[in-house]
Amino acid sequence: MDPGLVRIILDTISWVLLTAGGFFVLVGGVGALRMPNLYTRMHAASVTDTMGAILVLGGVMVQAGLSLATIKLAAILMFLLITSPTSSYALAHAAILAGIKPDAGSAADHEDHA
Amino acid sequence: MTIIFGVFLLTLLVITAVAIVRTQNLFVAVMLLGIFSLLIAANFFIIDAADVALTEAAVGAGISTVLFLGALALTYEHERVVTKHRALSVAVVVCATLVVLYATFDKPTFGDPNAPVHQHVAPWYLENEPKFIDIPNVVTAILGSFRGYDTLGEVFVVFTAGIGVLFLLSARPGTGGARRLDSSKDSGIGLQHDLIPRIVGRMLVPFILLFGLYVQFHGEYGPGGGFQAGALIAAAFILYALVEGEQRTLEVLPKNALIALTSAGALLYGGVGLAGILLGSEFLDYSVLAANPVTGQQMGIILIEAGVGMTVTGVLLLIFHAFAARDQV
Amino acid sequence: MQFLGIYYYWVFTILLMIGFYAVVAKINLVKKLIGLSIFQSAVFLLYLTMGKVTGGTAPIYQDDAVGQLFSNPLPQVLILTAIVVGISTTALGLGIVVRIKEEYGSIEELDIQEIDQR
Repeated sequence: MDPGLVRIILDTISWVLLTAGGFFVLVGGVGALRMPNLYTRMHAASVTDTMGAILVLGGVMVQAGLSLATIKLAAILMFLLITSPTSSYALAHAAILAGIKPDAGSAADHEDHA
Repeated sequence: MTIIFGVFLLTLLVITAVAIVRTQNLFVAVMLLGIFSLLIAANFFIIDAADVALTEAAVGAGISTVLFLGALALTYEHERVVTKHRALSVAVVVCATLVVLYATFDKPTFGDPNAPVHQHVAPWYLENEPKFIDIPNVVTAILGSFRGYDTLGEVFVVFTAGIGVLFLLSARPGTGGARRLDSSKDSGIGLQHDLIPRIVGRMLVPFILLFGLYVQFHGEYGPGGGFQAGALIAAAFILYALVEGEQRTLEVLPKNALIALTSAGALLYGGVGLAGILLGSEFLDYSVLAANPVTGQQMGIILIEAGVGMTVTGVLLLIFHAFAARDQV
Repeated sequence: MQFLGIYYYWVFTILLMIGFYAVVAKINLVKKLIGLSIFQSAVFLLYLTMGKVTGGTAPIYQDDAVGQLFSNPLPQVLILTAIVVGISTTALGLGIVVRIKEEYGSIEELDIQEIDQR
């Protein structure tokens, strides 16, 4: 295969990955706004941290090819995958300790919002 | 495409700033301030200021949020909304806005290479830096060597702020030295009951320290340097303090060691400057530190960046401990 | 690019005035410090905007290219210093706020003035 065709295939793959990642980030954002409860909102926002991060960084890694930048991006991805669920857990645990009940519906949506 | 990115990021900035000022809950305001710092770091990055973006992200989004939260834990979290003289404030702000907006039309065009700021000293620095100092990161070269005097002043400002906070928050007898003896209740600093954040936090601390050291010593080859590294290493210790408790952190790195670290950093910087005098040249002239003047400059920059990193780490950790150790009355 | 430049300057103005309003109109001391922080960030944005050169990159010499166009490194050096000094003064300000709360019992300006006048 000539290099032009390889370039086109790689570009198409990274386009697909980046667009899918953008879609998941949008889904996470809409979910964080529209969900009724703190816990469901966090659950929706965690989509951004996992699927969004994997797809977007994967797309950028395909663009970077085999170079030092790809290794750094893989390290960033691993760091994000380890820390985002931990911070979500810490947030949910703090919410439970503060007394916010995980029942859906408008009665539970009483915490102040910015 | 650049225009869309730029406009989008700037609009997010304005929305976040309005939300910060309008919210009444101060914890929310501090969290939004962290988001604001991260957004403005992204803005700095797209106008080619990589070093500044790293510093703003590390210092603004990281350390500043922790300091504000520490202060909020000792004061109140809600503000009263009554504004006195509201009409007068709004009138003054509107007049000032109109004046500054009128001034923006005289400012140089964005990106113009013939703007006055690009004319005098900056091209000289960019052209002659490979000849005199020969390190890839021009910002570190200017910060360390060409404008080393300013950086010396800045290290002393950081040192003074640390001393000031220590004076202010150690002045109350019976509180500064007393330790909280009951750890059965979750005291706010230290997550004794959460296993997952403890494990992950303890796993991450060596990597953050390693990254801080990387940023410190690679400040000459890419974005980095003493300030960013100091903030990162302080952030590693603050993370350890948040998951393990402030007591354990003081056992790991005691206060005397922090004070010694801070003073040693400032002394190192001043000492390198004095070494220039002792070796026969001027204050803060690094060319005489080695046989080859270019090597001397590089050695000088490495030494002063180490001094800066040490002082910034020590001061940020001292300030954190001063806030965290203050019992609520 | 012309529109983007004007937009940068206008956002600088708006952020400056938002921070200024928070310092002037709010009576809570921590809110004033937060407003001061926003004010400082707006000034940093102005300086770095003026340092950008169209088609330039970050001022780091790469080995493999010659004749590279760089953005101005001098405002970046100044702003680097300014960020660290800003956080130092913010930390000192927060220390003062904590002490004020302990002495007066409140961090709202009206309460403090009222206690002082007694």
